[in-house]
Amino acid sequence: MSVCFPKLSRVAVCGGTHGNELSGVYLVRELQRCAGDGAHVNTLLCDTFVFPSPSGPISDTAPYEMIRSRELNALLGPKGSPKAVDLICDLHNTTADMGLCLIAYSDHDWICLHIFRHLQRQMPDIPMRYIHFDVSNKESYSLDSVGKHGFAIEIGPQPHGVVRSNIYTAMKFGVQHMLDWVRFFNSGTIFEGGFVDVFTMVKHIDYPRDRETRNITAAIHPQLQDRDFSLLQPEDPLFQTFSGETLRYKGKEPLYPFFINECAYYEKSIALSLARKRRVMIPCKGTL
Amino acid sequence: MSSYNNGVCFSEARRVAIFGGTHGNEMSGVMLVNLWVKNSAEIQRKRVETKPFITNPRAVEKCTRYVDTDLNRAFSPENLSAPGGDDLPYEVQRAQEINRIFGPKGSPDAYDVIFDLHNTTSNMGCTLILESSKDYFNLQMMNYIKKAIAPASCLVLLNEHPLLKYSTSRSVAKHPVGLEVGPQPQGVLRSNIFEAMRVILKHALDFIELFNEGMEFPPCSVEVFRVSERIDYPRDANGNIIAMVHPNLGNWIPFDCDWEPLNPGDPMFHTFDGKTIYYQGQGTVYPTFINEAAYYEKQQAFVTTRRETLVASAIRKA
Repeated sequence: MSVCFPKLSRVAVCGGTHGNELSGVYLVRELQRCAGDGAHVNTLLCDTFVFPSPSGPISDTAPYEMIRSRELNALLGPKGSPKAVDLICDLHNTTADMGLCLIAYSDHDWICLHIFRHLQRQMPDIPMRYIHFDVSNKESYSLDSVGKHGFAIEIGPQPHGVVRSNIYTAMKFGVQHMLDWVRFFNSGTIFEGGFVDVFTMVKHIDYPRDRETRNITAAIHPQLQDRDFSLLQPEDPLFQTFSGETLRYKGKEPLYPFFINECAYYEKSIALSLARKRRVMIPCKGTL
Repeated sequence: MSSYNNGVCFSEARRVAIFGGTHGNEMSGVMLVNLWVKNSAEIQRKRVETKPFITNPRAVEKCTRYVDTDLNRAFSPENLSAPGGDDLPYEVQRAQEINRIFGPKGSPDAYDVIFDLHNTTSNMGCTLILESSKDYFNLQMMNYIKKAIAPASCLVLLNEHPLLKYSTSRSVAKHPVGLEVGPQPQGVLRSNIFEAMRVILKHALDFIELFNEGMEFPPCSVEVFRVSERIDYPRDANGNIIAMVHPNLGNWIPFDCDWEPLNPGDPMFHTFDGKTIYYQGQGTVYPTFINEAAYYEKQQAFVTTRRETLVASAIRKA
């Protein structure tokens, strides 16, 4: 079986959606500096983005990010319309030890899956995973959902506000290989089918908190810290309280943890996320 | 302080403070102090009053380094005596308040010891920060801590540099001690980092208790790393950073080499377009605070230090 898609003629590479996730900020600036190197794909390089928000009038006092999201929806979308860009690649960093992750809303968007497979083959030394958030397009809230196809590239570990050379380099090569794939695809290359291991998000776990103050009362257990994508079994240590007690995973199903101790998720009540892994077959692909 | 035979006497260290949240997003100190404010049993010692204290509560609440200005640079004589009350930047008001409670800085009424708890994104491990090479009380304490946690290591950074030294919150006390543990991202609490800081404080308080009970500590030598120079990131004409700290080639997880020797001719920075910039200084230095997130705005990629051995006289209580 093979599937065919129209060419991807407009691709957006976006950095700075979170202003302190610096690899994407510096990479987009560097790409802008080098622009005009004869790329065959119309590549939009965008700084500072936000999550799109529902339509409606905005007041003068609307939050900056809401205003920005309208601007970006106009530039790269509108979301859901034929005018939207073909592909958005949104660049992120995480404090979690996740290696390189491609995060998408779909587990059957063959463009995203083929790009992931291509990156895996071109960068075999970098730990790489495909994460799937099972959210419908209408409910999806992030920048990459504005394009016809979209995904985030998330690389860690990197503290927010810091640029780490190895992380930057991995992101730079990831983006380059992604754009190369798009060029090959547009020029008629047929890509073989195959398999991709997809991690589908199942649930989050919050930190234990004090009932009144809501302050956290435990930290991620040292045996779980930095063990993203290492299978978590029932009764494995999850947290260590400040008084030294170990709190264990009480779920019945072994799951794969990720975004372990991501700084930005404390306020979202997420200490870690958990995923189920399954193998997805991807069909062979080419352009129409 | 007075001399005896071959040593120096200090008065008992009766009043000790532990500061957390001087930078509101450096989580180990925030969590430890909050814990001890609720239940101080762990930090109680005979003959010592130990006060845990959140120095920058507004920054802690917002989980940010500071609100108006860096509290850990705010304790200058000008700031401490500035008039203006509520019109002053929040952290300057805080500095004056802290100076009232724990100082006044430089006076006999000031607290004996203040431990100021910090985290860094740099790979510094456990580092004790000393502000004077002549503070034999602190040197003896640091010697005690280093021996107590061996084989785990705890290095001593000495910042006595006339230009690079700064007015810290702990400088209000007679014996200021900085404790810096990393690597830990801002806003994140890592269990191993938290526990390491806790253990160091335990030994520090044990030292104070022993000292107050009359134990004499014989002369000792302490290896320190003395701050020498601040090195900024290479920047373009507009002030934008154009290079990153050079990676340790071949590792996926970047291995920043705080405290490892940097020799003239060694790679130092890696530009975004792939070139290497080499260290051209005189002689071997030991860089630290490598790639600390909060220092990008302070024009600092790292500081260089030189190794030195300090000798502390014997000490005992007066």
